[in-house]
Amino acid sequence: MNSKVSNQIAIATLYVIASTIVVILAALLGYIIISGLPALSWHFLTSPAKAFTAGGGIGIQLFNSFYLLILTMIISFPIALGAGIYLNEYAKQNWLTSLVRTAIEILSSLPSVVVGLFGFLVFVVQFGFGFSILSGAFALTFFNLPLLTRSIEEALAAVPDEQREGGLALGLSKWETVLHIIVPAALPTILTGVILSAGRIFGEAAALIFTAGQSAPALNFTDWNPFNISSPLNPMRPAETLAVHIWKINSEGIMPDAKAISSGASAVLVISVLGFNLLARFVGHRLFKRLTAG
Amino acid sequence: MTNLLETHDLHVYYGQNEALKGIDLTFEEGGITALIGPSGSSKSTYLRTLNRMNDLIPNVTITGTIKFRDQDIYAPQTDLVTLRKEIGMVFQQPNPFPFSIYDNVAFGLKLAGEKNREYLDQVVETSLKQAAVWDEVKDHLHESALSLSGGQQQRVCIARVLAVSPQIILLDEPTSALDPISSSQIESTLLKLRTDYTIITVTHNLQQASRISDRTAFFMNGEVIEVDDTKKIFMNPARKETEDYISGRFG
Repeated sequence: MNSKVSNQIAIATLYVIASTIVVILAALLGYIIISGLPALSWHFLTSPAKAFTAGGGIGIQLFNSFYLLILTMIISFPIALGAGIYLNEYAKQNWLTSLVRTAIEILSSLPSVVVGLFGFLVFVVQFGFGFSILSGAFALTFFNLPLLTRSIEEALAAVPDEQREGGLALGLSKWETVLHIIVPAALPTILTGVILSAGRIFGEAAALIFTAGQSAPALNFTDWNPFNISSPLNPMRPAETLAVHIWKINSEGIMPDAKAISSGASAVLVISVLGFNLLARFVGHRLFKRLTAG
Repeated sequence: MTNLLETHDLHVYYGQNEALKGIDLTFEEGGITALIGPSGSSKSTYLRTLNRMNDLIPNVTITGTIKFRDQDIYAPQTDLVTLRKEIGMVFQQPNPFPFSIYDNVAFGLKLAGEKNREYLDQVVETSLKQAAVWDEVKDHLHESALSLSGGQQQRVCIARVLAVSPQIILLDEPTSALDPISSSQIESTLLKLRTDYTIITVTHNLQQASRISDRTAFFMNGEVIEVDDTKKIFMNPARKETEDYISGRFG
């Protein structure tokens, strides 16, 4: 077989593999969205779920998902940023930092259900937070931290060393250089990482079943005092998220329109995650352009 | 005239490897000194020792004295921030920060706490004019500095150093990443600055050294072989190694 033929075989094989992946992805997305679309309506997106009768919505679950996402980000982003800055800018290459890196890698490969059970034991039981948004947010922080730290670290590492030298040569301290030059320069990449991890958090179910709970008590959307139990902002209330809701309906839903609700909720979830991904590209691209081309 | 900067018996070691083997050099105020020499002759190491940029490299040992206005810059009480404002540096790769041209030039002052907008505007304009890049960028000061060409970026970097009004400007092969036209623009910029600033530049380009510098120091294998007026070095060097190098017999 000459090299020309083997080259063509290789190209054809790669085409087949690539198109298989695209077809599987398109079929999956298409199926979820097409079977979910008929269920979607304003009423469906805003009204609370019903346990036994048809016509329930996903309003509270949708709100819970976003609230949990924001709370998780508020907790995990500062930690991840600090860890990323430490690992990339300050840490010396020795056994301790390689241990930290290994630990982060191991943490990122933990099954999310294990993270959930750990969160249950520590936050729900030991700390007495109960099934609550706060427990869920802490569990998701464990789940989110490794990947976010890694992506921030990589974003910082991609900033050329000339920038660091430039800052120091201007008489900036190391911290000023990091704060005023390196982090801003890495911002587009950091933001992309944040939004992508938001998509992962949004779709997470297993880690939340045992931490944020599986019930969505009715919320009073006119009461924004976080200390009231029926307030949407109360972090100590149990909060079933969209992804958990889908799991719940499919395992033990007894409402007559369970299938339609599950399809609709799945479509909303997939569209949201897709939205996060597109947003990440858009924002990252825009910021990069603003920084480079004026 | 007193010496602005002087080094005595300056040794630099990277681990076990002795990169600089006892350098004695003095720099008077004003003028351009060129450091020339083959690759690996440690002239960049020398330059980066003068504003303590080498401190950042792990495993580096520095002995001997460097005096800036009779103060030992390696003394414990030296304030690095002040030192690097007095002794600015321009690098081989243009390294503007990913901000606007204006913010790049005003950066040093802003961080030092300067808030007066009019004063900042004025310094930015003066610095960019001194760096001979004002006419090209004055209409888009608030666009990203990364959108400029390499030569313009390098001159903005020079302006950024000038804005904090240093005494000495160190340049580490400032034109080696630039095309010939940009290089000659940088050269004429430096020639304009030589009356107000003390300039020390490392260059691989011998023509450049002979065109712009007043004094030339020839480095080889971590030692200064010869230092003298540029004319003397290029027309009538005292040492055979110098002659061999500038006539292109090696290096």
